[in-house]
Amino acid sequence: MTKEAIIKEFEAIAGADNVMTGETDRHAYSYDAAVLDSVMPALVVRPTTSEALGAVTKLCNDNGLPLTVRGAGTNLSGGTIPHPGGVVVLTNGLNRILEINEADMYAVVEPGVVTAQFAAEVAKRGLFYPPDPGSQAVSTLGGNVAENAGGLRGLKYGVTKDYVMGMEFWDVNGELIKSGSRTVKCVTGYNLAGLMVASEGTLGVFDKIILKLIPPAKAAKSMMAVFPSMKAASETVASIIANKIVPATLEMMDNFTIRTVENFRGAGLPVDAAALLLIEVDGHPGQVADEAAVVERICKENGATELHVAKDAAERDAVWQARRDALPALANLKPTCVLEDATVPRSKIPAMIEALEEIAKKLDLTIGTFGHAGDGNLHPTILTDKRDKAEWERVEKGIDMIFDKALSMGGTLSGEHGIGLAKSKYLAQETSKGTLAYARRMKSVLDPKGILNPDKIVGAE
Amino acid sequence: MADIHKLAQMFKELDDQLVGCMRCGMCQAVCPIFKLSGKETDVTRGKLALLDGLASEMLTDPEGVNEKLNRCLLCGTCQANCPSGVSVMDIFLKARAIMTGYFGLSPAKKAIFRGLLKNPKLFNALTEMGAKFQGIFTKKVDDMLGSSCARFNAPIIADRHFNTLASKPFHKIVPELDTPAGASGLRVAFYVGCVIDKIYPQVGEAILKVLKHHGVGVYLPAGQACCGIPVLSSGDTDTFDTLVGMNVDRLKDGEFDYLVTGCASCTSTIKELWPHMYKGDSSRTYDIGVLARKTMDISQFLVDILKVEPKELAGGKSVTYHDPCHLKNSLGITAQPRTLIKAAGCDFKEMTDAGTCCGCGGSFNIAHYELSKEIGSRKADNIIASKASVAATSCPACMLQITDMLSQKGADMSVKHVIELYADSL
Ligand SMILES: Cc1cc2nc3c(=O)[nH]c(=O)nc-3n(C[C@H](O)[C@H](O)[C@H](O)COP(=O)(O)OP(=O)(O)OC[C@H]3O[C@@H](n4cnc5c(N)ncnc54)[C@H](O)[C@@H]3O)c2cc1C
Ligand code: SF4
Ligand code: SF4
Ligand code: SF4
Repeated sequence: MTKEAIIKEFEAIAGADNVMTGETDRHAYSYDAAVLDSVMPALVVRPTTSEALGAVTKLCNDNGLPLTVRGAGTNLSGGTIPHPGGVVVLTNGLNRILEINEADMYAVVEPGVVTAQFAAEVAKRGLFYPPDPGSQAVSTLGGNVAENAGGLRGLKYGVTKDYVMGMEFWDVNGELIKSGSRTVKCVTGYNLAGLMVASEGTLGVFDKIILKLIPPAKAAKSMMAVFPSMKAASETVASIIANKIVPATLEMMDNFTIRTVENFRGAGLPVDAAALLLIEVDGHPGQVADEAAVVERICKENGATELHVAKDAAERDAVWQARRDALPALANLKPTCVLEDATVPRSKIPAMIEALEEIAKKLDLTIGTFGHAGDGNLHPTILTDKRDKAEWERVEKGIDMIFDKALSMGGTLSGEHGIGLAKSKYLAQETSKGTLAYARRMKSVLDPKGILNPDKIVGAE
Repeated sequence: MADIHKLAQMFKELDDQLVGCMRCGMCQAVCPIFKLSGKETDVTRGKLALLDGLASEMLTDPEGVNEKLNRCLLCGTCQANCPSGVSVMDIFLKARAIMTGYFGLSPAKKAIFRGLLKNPKLFNALTEMGAKFQGIFTKKVDDMLGSSCARFNAPIIADRHFNTLASKPFHKIVPELDTPAGASGLRVAFYVGCVIDKIYPQVGEAILKVLKHHGVGVYLPAGQACCGIPVLSSGDTDTFDTLVGMNVDRLKDGEFDYLVTGCASCTSTIKELWPHMYKGDSSRTYDIGVLARKTMDISQFLVDILKVEPKELAGGKSVTYHDPCHLKNSLGITAQPRTLIKAAGCDFKEMTDAGTCCGCGGSFNIAHYELSKEIGSRKADNIIASKASVAATSCPACMLQITDMLSQKGADMSVKHVIELYADSL
């Protein structure tokens, strides 16, 4: 088919208004939140019905057009940077919450529903959807599932995959594939819904997602503890867990981040502190009181120099505002901000922090570190200016070194941001050559023409 | 047309500011235009990427970029919420100036800006004439709101329900003033602004009444010109410089402690854009800085300086408040107007999303009326849902837009400036 004929077909499926071919429109879908070069697609299409989504997928396959699904484009690994000459399929026209079932505690959504809006609708009905990525105000549930996004509550409540009960997705032939169900238990067939989690648009195009909901905790208590060293802070983390307490949130900030956040908002953070822990326990009021007391004791035993327990909602919010400010505050310092998410077993956090400091010194880089201490998911954030060629080379080297270190400690390349384009080159290093070959083989069968988000995760062959 | 390479060079000047955007996409959560269209070119991140694309000569269609750039209310919500602290408004205004330099100003804008705004006498004379004859072209729709709509099918008016030009503009009622400080010991300069002058003179009168009540002396020089925001948002920096110059020359000789306005847009323009964007005669720079520091929104002046306090017993008419973008996003003023409403003895009712843009955006309303209307219509729904009987705000341009929207919905409410409510209570 000629280009014009293909465009006509897309228009017939999705409506002329929903097919964009102009240069400016295409340019606006050539990037995402990752620090990578942009690539212009040939066409952008915005289906508004499930059938149109399937038909668009099939049309791409029939014509061998590379297809990249895009939610909000907030991923940090290049997952929505299109393949040259490819098609970007937007999901923000598919943003209906189809069902929130209070009796059976699940919801059925279209992939373009915005995470925070969904969580708010669920909360209105007295239920709780825990995954809360920092980008939740804009990220989509489809994107969350495709990246297996996590958030501040990952430690106790798990990540997106723990809430996916089932899914319908389109395969490249335009067949609707169904897996999982509305029941808590379901072992019908392969766990294809599970396979779709973290697949980053490379195996199928999600159409409907069934998500588990839970009852919200009745009470919560937040506190901020100040430590004289990162070591003391991370030993506290280990000790809290060893005492069989799983806080809802357990976040850490290094001195550089503390100082930057304080400069940013001036909320009165202790700028001399080597480390801060931000902790929240939740559950029944009695349990919360007990656990908070134990956490307090453990913090003191491990040398916390200050401990501040939030007395009311406003103080509690102030604690979390400090954590929410970490990324913006760092991002304000320099033009480019590379947010990594190397993750290590909890016990290795002190060693990882030390390694990050060494890397920063050795390569003369500015690295601020904060992150989800409770689950070992750190966010070393490299501050730079990508226009400075020499420094940028050192940044790339630094990233290599960070992953080498994390892997050598039994860690992983990505705790929550995905592999995408940015980290596909390291995949075999964490897994094995055989694993990569297996994954590629699987993909080549499910997607023989290789149209589904080419180059992502398994790389270009 | 000048060559695109040259245009790219000009956009390169914005490079240092453009790289500050980390493309996190968080602006998608707050941009009113994106909320409607869902298009990346309509949100800040996309627009910045387009400018970057022009600067790096990746794009060949400056007209296309210009068109997207203009689909923006300049409401500043994105900037107020950007985690990276990108100076979005500054970038957008500079980009519009570069674009206007490249494409030139449209003949209609040229005529209005350079022929009319630069010449306040002519502007006044023409609008006065307009006020006399407008009855022929318009018909009353809503007495309560005082709105009218086009009697004939005039494309620029479409189906708007607008407030007509006042039969006697403010500058005819009070041409100039120079009164000594009273009980307060303070003197303020009063900058009127064109919408108050020509459409809502009663707001200007309310301000004078309140100042008199509190014993504040007033310096009101004749011959004030437009503050310049309309021309600046169309990229006409030359006319902007002229207008700022005219105003500064009128104001600088007075002796006063503060400069007050009743227009959110004028306040933020004088405070932030005059010092920042003025490139004219540098001998004025000092006075511009002084004026900018002295400038205050009228409710801010009353509450922060004169310590006006809320009344204990409310029970008066129920009032809701819309936060004008230019007060909330650029100056962070949200509490004082609410305090003033309570000081007027009104029963205050907060509406949902009081801080989202009303969709006016100055000339945006003219160029993109359908979008503007859709955003405004949501605002009107929230106002109606508040069950208040009065919709108050602090910007005459918002008053126009809200009046239009409420009138089109047949809402049984009036639209007032907060200062009118307070003046009525004295
Ligand atoms: C400021 C900021 C904070 C962040 N905080 C966190 C955090 O705390 N935790 C975290 O995990 N991540 C975080 N992220 C990363 C990112 O927001 C998440 O990965 C998020 O899940 C992406 O959602 P999205 O809708 O933007 O997806 P997109 O970026 O649009 O897409 C992500 C991937 O999903 C695929 N995809 C999207 N929709 C579909 C579909 N319907 N079918 C198949 N594939 C699909 C895309 O092809 C792509 O590969 C953050 C990002 C930013 C910018
Ligand atoms: S929120 Fe700020 S940094 Fe993020 S994409 Fe928008 S403009 Fe850029
Ligand atoms: S100024 Fe307002 S309309 Fe323009 S991009 Fe920012 S939020 Fe959107
Ligand atoms: S902001 Fe608007 S009303 Fe105020 S002076 Fe300028 S143009 Fe006139």
